[in-house]
Amino acid sequence: MNKIRNISVLAAIVAFVMIGFACSGAPLSGTSDGGDGSGAMRLQGSGASFPKPIYEKWVNEYQKVHPDVRIDYQSTGSGAGQKAILSRTVDFGASDDPMKDEDLAKADSELMHIPTVLGAVVMTYNLDGVDKPLRLTAENIAGIYLGEIKKWNDPKLTADNPDANLPDEDIFPVYRADSSGTTAVFTDFLAARVPAFKDKVGASKQPNWVEGVGSGQPRNDGVMGLVKQTPFSIGYVEIAFAKANNLPTALIKNPAGNFVEATIENVSAAAAGSAAKMPADLRISITNADGENSYPISSYTYILVYKDQKDARKGKALAEFLWWAVHDGSQFAKDLHYAPLPQEVVGKVEEKLKSITSGGNSLLENPGK
Amino acid sequence: MAKTGTFADSLFKGILTVFAGTIILVVIAMIVMMFWNSLPTIKEFGLGFLIGSDWQPASDVYGALPFIYGTIVSSVIALILAVPVSLGIAIFLVEQAPRSIASPIAFMVELLAAIPSVVYGLWGIFVLAPFIRNYLGPFLQDYLGWLPLFQGRLTGIGMLTGGVIMAIMVTPIITAVVRDVLEVVPTSQRDAALALGATKWETTLIVLENASSGIAGAVVLGLGRALGETMAVTMVIGNAPQISASLFEPAYTIASVLAANFAEATDRLYLSALIEMGLVLFLVTFVVNAAAKVLVMGVAKGTNAARQA
Amino acid sequence: MTMLTALCAIFAITILVIILAYIAVRGVSAINIEFLIDTPKPVGEGGGIGNAILGSALMTLLATAIGLPIGIGAGVYLAEFGDNWFGNTVRFLSDTLIGVPSIIVGIFVYTIVVLPMSRQSGFAGALSLAIIMIPIVARTTEEMIRLVPKSMREGALALGAPQWRVTWNIVMPAAASGIATGAMLSIARISGETAPLLFTALNSRFYNYFFDQPMASLTVQIYNYATGPFEIEHQMAWAATLILVGLILFINIVVRFLTKKKY
Repeated sequence: MNKIRNISVLAAIVAFVMIGFACSGAPLSGTSDGGDGSGAMRLQGSGASFPKPIYEKWVNEYQKVHPDVRIDYQSTGSGAGQKAILSRTVDFGASDDPMKDEDLAKADSELMHIPTVLGAVVMTYNLDGVDKPLRLTAENIAGIYLGEIKKWNDPKLTADNPDANLPDEDIFPVYRADSSGTTAVFTDFLAARVPAFKDKVGASKQPNWVEGVGSGQPRNDGVMGLVKQTPFSIGYVEIAFAKANNLPTALIKNPAGNFVEATIENVSAAAAGSAAKMPADLRISITNADGENSYPISSYTYILVYKDQKDARKGKALAEFLWWAVHDGSQFAKDLHYAPLPQEVVGKVEEKLKSITSGGNSLLENPGK
Repeated sequence: MAKTGTFADSLFKGILTVFAGTIILVVIAMIVMMFWNSLPTIKEFGLGFLIGSDWQPASDVYGALPFIYGTIVSSVIALILAVPVSLGIAIFLVEQAPRSIASPIAFMVELLAAIPSVVYGLWGIFVLAPFIRNYLGPFLQDYLGWLPLFQGRLTGIGMLTGGVIMAIMVTPIITAVVRDVLEVVPTSQRDAALALGATKWETTLIVLENASSGIAGAVVLGLGRALGETMAVTMVIGNAPQISASLFEPAYTIASVLAANFAEATDRLYLSALIEMGLVLFLVTFVVNAAAKVLVMGVAKGTNAARQA
Repeated sequence: MTMLTALCAIFAITILVIILAYIAVRGVSAINIEFLIDTPKPVGEGGGIGNAILGSALMTLLATAIGLPIGIGAGVYLAEFGDNWFGNTVRFLSDTLIGVPSIIVGIFVYTIVVLPMSRQSGFAGALSLAIIMIPIVARTTEEMIRLVPKSMREGALALGAPQWRVTWNIVMPAAASGIATGAMLSIARISGETAPLLFTALNSRFYNYFFDQPMASLTVQIYNYATGPFEIEHQMAWAATLILVGLILFINIVVRFLTKKKY
């Protein structure tokens, strides 16, 4: 009978855990939008954190019109998104910066870049008493991150901000410690304009930050948190982080010579200014785009899909979802601080989506029905 | 063993052996996996990996020294802060406090170990970092500012903050082990000391002396925990691969560079460099634990012998 | 001197109280029934942690189902037959494994399970947790069995009972409450783990009952909410933290009252 006692001890442990979790409110049956409906198609995506709010909105809205397709998107970072689609642990990846040629070469079949929305990287800072937005040039931002501009009242900064009462304090620059699409866009913007920055730091998801200058933080929230907490600091974050938290953002000087704000219109302007230059594979940097109002630290964000889908049903569902996203889905962009694709880019994306095949058969026969 | 060796007996023993062997298998598999995956950097850099101080994934230059430095220094800070407090708590609980209040206090201290690491990290950013920036940091600079350790900019994020968070996290572990060690010191020793006219405090000192290698073991065990602490430290240490004399400057640890970058690393050499650091950390924990074990066992053996005598 | 040592204890307890109070204050406002049963929603549309609670429960259950028998078996071996080189090796490696950073366990499982399966899954998450759990359970089980008085075994053996019956029917029931304590504490430990789940179980926005799919967990969901841009997400992160810490403390307190021992 001791055996029974033994088993009952184990059972008690298990039961206890169950009760523990049940008490905390976990229902043992699914809710309306949750239950693992039989036959529902499952699509898994992961990658860039920047488009997470809009992708979450999309998959949620799409499920309302297509209850038979259940799409899950998890933000793990752009690099992780590229890695996941390359190792095929997901059905689609997501990345802010286009994949490099050498990484694309690792794919065992053709990977396509589908731009979905546009966003901006903004400079945010912690300066009490400076009420009007700071005005920054690429040269000065590079100077700060290279450790050449050390004080807030440096003549180079005061020249562009004559009205602001910039303090005689050390500047504390904050950058991303992890590999990040945001960093790729930010350093791409600086490297294109400032040769010294290109040589010393370079443009990549995780560049060679100058030792002894500033601090690295993991993820956007890390940078935002540190800037918010630390007087006299400056950092770069995705626009949604700044807008959602009412952080100050700097006006950035674009190649046309204007200090522009990171608004949806100005990001769209950057996209429109470079749409004609878009290459066939749609991988393009739109930092420092032409145009009077173009915000210079703008970028597309991409979904990565294989051109040839192994599973025809899944491939079709994925292509249909992406078609829906760039058409019907674009209406949700502005509320979440993204700029929708310009019309001519939507046309290019349509061509791409139509070219998705499975075993040689086109999957999108009747798009936009 | 009783000599009723039946088939059932050997079957029983066999099954248990398999279960026990699983643990050996897991550890061996982990070492093999990590060694295999870090071969590219081992071949490329050899020992230079461990002493190189440049970490530039963008140009495929990997030197692990800043991470090793950060891991060791932050752990040492943690121990400097945690050991005296843990000793104090353990002495209070075993030697001084009446049982009725000792056990609830012991329990509450142990609850500190039950709080998840990610929670410490959040708390560290919102409460500890501002506290260090606004109060502790300026205080240290006012009184000890002539030391290079306490010079430089105060952001609240950096080596010291990482060390303090670790200290809070290892205190319950060190306390628990020291308490166990003190409890195995025979009462007869205390009685003897008191009988010879020693004060209560002198008696405690004698007890501490007899338990010293066990206490050292507890400290080393705490060190092992601190070395591997991940989430909380990543959130407050600043994550800059640099070697700086100032404790207020950002630093980086092996565990936090793994946490921040493993998911994102696509490049083969980069991935290999990260996993090799994981391997280094694994081997260090291995050695540290072995040391702790030898030390703690010293006390246990000694007291057993004393009991039999 | 008693003052000084007492101060140390008060200091540690003060920190505990500060942390717990902070979590409670930040978390309590966002907790309601919907938050507890809902799935994550797009920003501004509410949403909750129901599927994360379920996912944590399922993965913890599976991890327990894998880790408990192996851990207890290994612990019994160590206590009953472990005074040889094999036992010493197992004991030493268990202690090492307890000290190994959990993120390394995550990387290990990512390599041996996720990559071959081409998918993150609840199973991979549970396996990581089980690996963390096994050595803890093994060592506490060993300690507890060693506490069983020698006279009990000797009595049974003298009556002619075979060794396995003695262990199974006499020693283990006598150590049962201690073993259960170790098991509960290891469950509390793994339910607070984040790092090993990030690469293995990923996360999910659905209620998921299948271990071959990515699975949500409280800890990863906290991490996601805490790292989002919106204040409402941060509130939900603190609320979920309050739930998680509440659960873990609850387990610890129950264990204490069940055992009345020093744990």
